[in-house]
Amino acid sequence: MEERTLTCIGCPMGCQVSVQMDAGKILSVTGNTCPRGDAYAREEVTAPARTVTSTIPVTGGGRKVRIPCKTASDVPKQKIFEVMAQIHKAGAKAPVRRGDVLIRNVAGTGVDVIATGDVL
Amino acid sequence: MKTVDIVIIGGGPAGLAAALSARKAGIKNLLIIERDDELGGILNQCIHNGFGLHTFHEELTGPEYAGRFIDQVKEAGIPYLLNTMVLVISRPGAADGVRHIITATNRTDGLFQIGARAVILAMGCRERPRGALNVPGYRPAGIFSAGTAQRLVNVEGYMPGHEVVILGSGDIGLIMARRMTLEGAKVKVVAELMPYSGGLKRNIVQCLDDFGIPLKLSHTVVNIEGKERVQAVTIAQVGADRRPIPGTEERYTCDTLLLSVGLIPENELSRAAGIEINGVTNGPVVNESLETSEEGVFACGNVLHVHDLVDNVSEEASRAGTNAARFVARASGKTTPPGAPETRTGAGEIKAQTETGEIQIRTGNGVRYTVPSFVNPERLDGNLIIRFRVGAIYKDSSVVVRLGGERLRALKKKIIAPGEMEQVIITKDELLQHENADSIEISIEENSAAQAAQSR
Amino acid sequence: MMYDVVIIGAGVSGAAIARELSRYDCNVCVLEKEEDVCCGTSKANSAIVHAGYDCKPGSMMAKMNVRGNAMMEQLSRDLDFPFRRNGSLVLCVDEEQLPDLKRLYEQGIQDGVPGLQLLDHDAALAMEPNLSDNVVAALYAPSAGIVCPFLMNIAMAENAFENGVDFRFNTEVEALRRSENGRWHIRTNNGEYLARCVVNAAGVYADIFHNMVSAAKLHITPRRGDYLLLDHETEGFVQHTIFQQPGKFGKGVLVAPTIHGNTLVGPTAIDVPDRENTATTQEGLDQVISRSQISVKNLPLRKVITSFAGLRAHEDGHDFVLGPVEDAPDFYDCAGIESPGLSSAPAIGEYIGGMVAGRFCFGAKKAWKSTRKGIISPKNLPFKERNELIRRNPAYGQIICRCENITEGEIIDAIRRPLGACSLDGVKRRVRAGMGRCQGGFCSPRVMDILSRELGLPMEKITKSGGRSNIVLDIQRGEGQ
Repeated sequence: MEERTLTCIGCPMGCQVSVQMDAGKILSVTGNTCPRGDAYAREEVTAPARTVTSTIPVTGGGRKVRIPCKTASDVPKQKIFEVMAQIHKAGAKAPVRRGDVLIRNVAGTGVDVIATGDVL
Repeated sequence: MKTVDIVIIGGGPAGLAAALSARKAGIKNLLIIERDDELGGILNQCIHNGFGLHTFHEELTGPEYAGRFIDQVKEAGIPYLLNTMVLVISRPGAADGVRHIITATNRTDGLFQIGARAVILAMGCRERPRGALNVPGYRPAGIFSAGTAQRLVNVEGYMPGHEVVILGSGDIGLIMARRMTLEGAKVKVVAELMPYSGGLKRNIVQCLDDFGIPLKLSHTVVNIEGKERVQAVTIAQVGADRRPIPGTEERYTCDTLLLSVGLIPENELSRAAGIEINGVTNGPVVNESLETSEEGVFACGNVLHVHDLVDNVSEEASRAGTNAARFVARASGKTTPPGAPETRTGAGEIKAQTETGEIQIRTGNGVRYTVPSFVNPERLDGNLIIRFRVGAIYKDSSVVVRLGGERLRALKKKIIAPGEMEQVIITKDELLQHENADSIEISIEENSAAQAAQSR
Repeated sequence: MMYDVVIIGAGVSGAAIARELSRYDCNVCVLEKEEDVCCGTSKANSAIVHAGYDCKPGSMMAKMNVRGNAMMEQLSRDLDFPFRRNGSLVLCVDEEQLPDLKRLYEQGIQDGVPGLQLLDHDAALAMEPNLSDNVVAALYAPSAGIVCPFLMNIAMAENAFENGVDFRFNTEVEALRRSENGRWHIRTNNGEYLARCVVNAAGVYADIFHNMVSAAKLHITPRRGDYLLLDHETEGFVQHTIFQQPGKFGKGVLVAPTIHGNTLVGPTAIDVPDRENTATTQEGLDQVISRSQISVKNLPLRKVITSFAGLRAHEDGHDFVLGPVEDAPDFYDCAGIESPGLSSAPAIGEYIGGMVAGRFCFGAKKAWKSTRKGIISPKNLPFKERNELIRRNPAYGQIICRCENITEGEIIDAIRRPLGACSLDGVKRRVRAGMGRCQGGFCSPRVMDILSRELGLPMEKITKSGGRSNIVLDIQRGEGQ
C-alpha cells in the first residue's frame, strides 16, 4: 500500500489530503474537509488537469494589444505546454467579447480557448 | 461645484462593489473616480483563474470577475470617470450635508472639485519596492516588482526577461513564476525570507510544484550583479534573526529579479486628509460600519487592509457601500444647521470616548490586527464580521473570542497562517447580551491549552 | 569636427564649465560616455551646498566652496532649479572633542563663512528635537543649503546647450594626443574630435585622462558612499543638515532633508578599485544605519524607499586640482572633485571657464541668454493656472506617476526639451516620475510607453540608463505582432 499527500487546490483553504492507494487503485481519501477535496485528490492522482490562462495578441483594439484568454475547462496537466504552443501562434481581431471562442479544440483536448475580457 | 451623495475613489473590485451596494441601498447620485483607463483595477492584469468561488460559485479569471461587476455598474447606469486622479480630500464643513470636497484632475475636465456627502476610499494597494528591503548590490535594469512584470506580460505583451529569480513568495510572485514559465522563461528559484510562504497553498502547488520550481524558505537575496542589466543574483539562507548566514550563498545567473515582498495599502490621500491610520495594516482605523476617523469617509478593500481573496474584498466593499448609503440618508434626515456644533461618530472619536457604548476590539496572543477596531452594537446592522491575520503559523490551534473577558467561543483550526486572512463572526444578539462588555479580544491558543482551559 | 574647447564629462563640473564658456564666442563641445548628463558622481551624492567651514584655509576647496555657496542663490533663480538655505549643524557628542568643534568654528571664520554660531546642547535640541540626547554642542552654519543635484546639473547643461554648446552622448574618450600644429586629437568610440583646448572634468576617470598627457601623475581613488533615502512622509524629521564631527567613528554620516522633502542618510566612505562600482553592500547599509544613530533618535527606518551608492573622486592630495597642466599645453584639469564639489560647481565653472576664455581671448557672445526655465510643475501652480495649463495642453491633466503626482505633460516636456531625457532614469531625474515610494512600480511601464512614442523607438529599445540597460527583452510570440 502506498500513500500520497496532496495539497488540495479546489479552494484557497489548501487542505492536506492523503490518498491511500494499492497497485494504482484508490482505497481511501482522508484529510479533505469537503467533497471537492475528495474529487480533486482522486483526479489528481489519476488524471491531473489544469485551466490554462494566457493572452493572445489582438489587432484593431487601439491601445489594447492583448486579449486575456483561458481554456474553457481544465485540460490534462501534461498538455499545458502544447496548449501554450498553440496559444502562442494565435491572433485575434477586435471586437472580441468575453466568452468568444479564440481557439477550437486546443491541442486536441476537446476544450476551447475562450476570451476572458473584452476588446471592442 | 457639482455635488454628489457618494464619491467612490477607485474603480477596482472594492469600488465597483461599493458603488453597486450603495445604489441598491437607494443612492442615485454617486460617482466612481478611477485613475486608470478602464474599470476593474488590478484584476485586469490578473488573467489567471481562481477568482469568485464565494461570490459567483464558479472559478473565474480576474478580467472575468471584474467584467461581471463592470457589467452591473454599467447596467445600473452608475456614472464613472476614467483617467482621473483624486489629489485631495478636503473637509470644508457640512453645509447642506456636503462634508467633503474632492479635488481631482484629468485631461478633459482639468482640475476640478466635487462636493460629496460621503466618501468611500477604495484606492487599493501597491507593492513594496526593492528599496524598502535594502537588498544590496547594483541597481541595474531587470529588477521588477512582480505586479509590474505582470502588467508588462499580460497587458502590454512584453517579456521582462528570460532567466528569472524571484524574491518573495507572495501570491503575485507565485503567479508570475508560472506565467513567465508558460511564456518560455526559466524561473530558477523562488526565495522566501520567512520560514513559511506568504502565498496561498493552492498557488504553491499550481505555480511552483507543477513546474518543478524550487521554493527556498528562510532565504533572501544578498547580492545583485550587473551594472546595466541584471547578470546574477546571490541568495543565502537566513537565521532566526532573518540575517544571512555566511557560507550559505548560492549564485544564480539570470537577467531578471522579480520582487513579491508585500503589499502596502495606498493611503496617501487618507493620510493627507488627516484620517487615522493603523500602524500594522497601514490602512485606516475603522469601526463596525467601516467608517474611518473622518465622519462620512468609509474604507474597503485593499486600501483598508490587504486581502488574499477578491471575494472578501467585494463582500467588505458591499458593506461599506450600504453603510455609506445609510450615512447619507441619516445625514439628509437631520442636516446640522450651519454654525451648530457638530456631533461626530467616526472611529477616531470612538477611541476617545469609549464611554459612549463602543466596544474596542483587541488583538490577543498571535493576532497582528483586526478590522474593524471598534464596534457600536447599536449601529450594527446584522452580524459583526471581524477579519484578522496572525503573525506566525499555528497548527492544531483555536481562534478564541472573548467578550468582556468572558470566553465566548473557540474555533478549532488545523492550520492558521499569516498568508491567509481569517475571520470570526459575532452576532448582534451575542453583543447585546453582553451589554456591559467593554472589549472583544481575538487570540490564538494551542489546542491542548485551549482544552485545558475548557475543562477548568 | 574642430572645436575651440572640448570638455570631457557632462557632470555638474563639466556642465558648469560649459555654461560659463557659452558666454563667449567660441565652439564648445561636451563629450559624455553615458546617455545623459548627470550620470556619475553628480547623480549620487548628499545634495548638499556646504557652508565651507571644513575646508583647509587657503585650499582650492575652501575658495571654491565659499564662492560657489555665495553664487548658488542667484544661479538657482537664473536657471530655475530648486535650492534652499536650510542651514547645517555639526554635532559634537563627546566632551573631549569640544576643542575640535571650536577649531572648526575658527577655521570657518578664516574661510569667510558667514553667520557661524556655536550652540550648546539645549540650543541644538531646541532647533532639532530629534537630535540624539548625547549631543554636547553643535556648530550652526546658516548659509549651508540643499539643492537638487540632478536639476542643477541639467539646468546648467540645458542653458549651455541653448547658448550653442554641443553635447555628444554615448561618446567615450579613448585617447588624447596633441599634434605638432597645437591641435588636440580626441579619439572616441564615435570618431575623432579636434580641439584647441581640452578640459578634463571626467570625475572618477579624471586621473586617467590627465595621466595620458602629463608626466606629473594624478591618482584618484573612487570612494564609495552608500545612502538610504526615506519617504517624503518623513519631511520635517530634521530641518537642517545634520553632520557628525569627524572622530573615532571616522568622518561620520549625515542626516539631511532633501529639497524634495525626503530624508537622506549617509554616506559611507569605502575605497573601491572599480570606477563603476556603485553596488551597495550589506555592511555599508548597516554602517549608515548604526552611525546615523549617533546623530538622531527614532529615525523612521521603516520609511526607507531606496538605497544607492555613489563614487567620489578622491585625489591623493585631497584638494581640487583645477587649472592648466604644466607639461600639456592647453589642457585644463578639473580633477579630484569630491565633496564639496557640488557646492563648488558654479565657482569651478567660473574659474576654469574664465581661465580658458582669457587664454584664448574669446570675445563675449552678444546674444547670450543667462536664464533658463525649468519644466512646469502643475502641482506647484494655483488652481486657476493649473486648469488653464490643462486646457491648453490636456497632457498636464493626466497623472502618470501617482506617488509624486507627475503628469504626462511634464514627462513629455522632459523628453522634448533641449538635451531631453532618453531613458527611464533620465525622465526620473528631470521630473521625479518613479522617484517616489513605489519606485516606479506603477509608472515605469507608462513612462516607457511615452518614451517609446516620443522617441519613435520600440519598447525593447527603451533603456533604464542607456547602454544595454534595456528593460523588456522581447515581445511575446504570436502572429498578431
